[in-house]
Amino acid sequence: MNQQETIFLLPQAPKTDTTSDYAIDIKDLWKSFGKNEVLKGVELQAKAGENLVMLGKSGSGKSIIIKCLVGLLPVDKGVLKILDTDITGLSYAELNKIRLQVGFLFQNAALYDSMSVRENLSFPLQRHTKNITATEVKTAVSEALESVGLLEAIDKMPSELSGGMKKRVGLARTLILKPSIILYDEPTTGLDPITSREISELILEIQKKNNTTSLIITHDMACAKLTSDRIVMLNDGVIYTAGTYSELEQSKDEWVQSFFH
Amino acid sequence: MAILLQQVFENTGKVTFFTKRFFKAITTQSFELKEFLKQCYLLGYKAFPLVGITGFIMGLVLTLQSRPTMVKFGAEAMLPGMVALSLVKEVAPIVTALICAGKISSGIGAELGSMKVTEQIDAMEVSAINPFNYLVVTRILATTLMVPLLVVFADCIGMFGGYLAMNIHSNVKIYRYCSQILETTSFIDILPATIKTVFFGFFIGMIGCFKGFNAANGTESVGRAANSAVVSASLSIFIIDLIAVQLTDILFKS
Repeated sequence: MNQQETIFLLPQAPKTDTTSDYAIDIKDLWKSFGKNEVLKGVELQAKAGENLVMLGKSGSGKSIIIKCLVGLLPVDKGVLKILDTDITGLSYAELNKIRLQVGFLFQNAALYDSMSVRENLSFPLQRHTKNITATEVKTAVSEALESVGLLEAIDKMPSELSGGMKKRVGLARTLILKPSIILYDEPTTGLDPITSREISELILEIQKKNNTTSLIITHDMACAKLTSDRIVMLNDGVIYTAGTYSELEQSKDEWVQSFFH
Repeated sequence: MAILLQQVFENTGKVTFFTKRFFKAITTQSFELKEFLKQCYLLGYKAFPLVGITGFIMGLVLTLQSRPTMVKFGAEAMLPGMVALSLVKEVAPIVTALICAGKISSGIGAELGSMKVTEQIDAMEVSAINPFNYLVVTRILATTLMVPLLVVFADCIGMFGGYLAMNIHSNVKIYRYCSQILETTSFIDILPATIKTVFFGFFIGMIGCFKGFNAANGTESVGRAANSAVVSASLSIFIIDLIAVQLTDILFKS
């Protein structure tokens, strides 16, 4: 059985009757921590197969949005639709089915320290794939690592990997479940320009190869330029503006300009 | 003072909900047998050498220090029984539990705290793997099972230490030493002492997991979680011991 076949054994996400073009559809999202209102009615949509980059100042709530999207943080108010399913009212089991369709690359990769690279990748696969044999797991792990160009690190521990390698392994771990949507939390932060470009190219390659929808949070304008189909900018808890890289680059708005120049 | 009281009540509430979540998880979620066995090995089996050395020294020292007094009263023959009773009923459970609080509870607190800070727990959650079930339930069950076994091991090693200490000053055959112990100790002495070690194990695991799982963001909180786990687990051991002694006294007085 190859990796493509493996996905059919994964639990399928609950589907609703309604269908839309959007893989991610956020409406009127509000989130506060105590008295600090971070998100004040965010509206955001990402089409299926689109690479959407989100820009904004540090602490503006970009990571909060994607954490709300996967149910890591409860929302105060709003509708969060992933693949036509509103996740805000789902039970834990239903939410987990949706989570299988969503990959999440954490800022620091969040590899399991106590497991080798091989175990990091096989761990989610073995748990979510029924009747999978050891050979099939081995093949799937090798394929995922090969797709990020890191097959030689298969038996290394996370502590033996560089920052860029960790990001790649994190990406491979995300890819192994063949998600429809991938959320990237600052994928190039802390990396040198060459490795940053490699990661950006990898994001682009994954999107083209698997037609995944990507929501990329970044401060790296080179990454934004390379990967984005569209950019949204978050300011003061709402989406301030949106457009393609070239449209926003030519914007007369002073705040927007401060990101591009 | 008011803030301190508020914190105490808040923490009590959080621990109660955490405990409730644990019992709900063991009754409703699937059991992570492989991870449970791994934790039994890592938390319990690997503590055997430390507990063994401590148990041996406890038995040896207890015998050597009690001997002069026992000789003075002409009760040297009762020394094995006295040492065995002391070990089984109090010394071995308390000392082993305190060692486990230091080694296991802090280890769990630091491990889970570090996983929380580096978003590994979140990574598990978004991979649709229940981190509470996988990390917390297995560790608490492992400590609940392994701490009593460690205490029994410490009892045995401690009695062996006592036997060697007896032979420094006199020549005592092993069968006489053992028969003296068996004559003195009864099932009623062993049962309550063993039951309380189950609670020791449960609280050692529970407090370590609670502190680690609820660590705040930032590396400083990892150290704080580990430190706080040791202090709270040690304190809880003494409180449980106090309650257990009172209950034993009431239930087995006759």
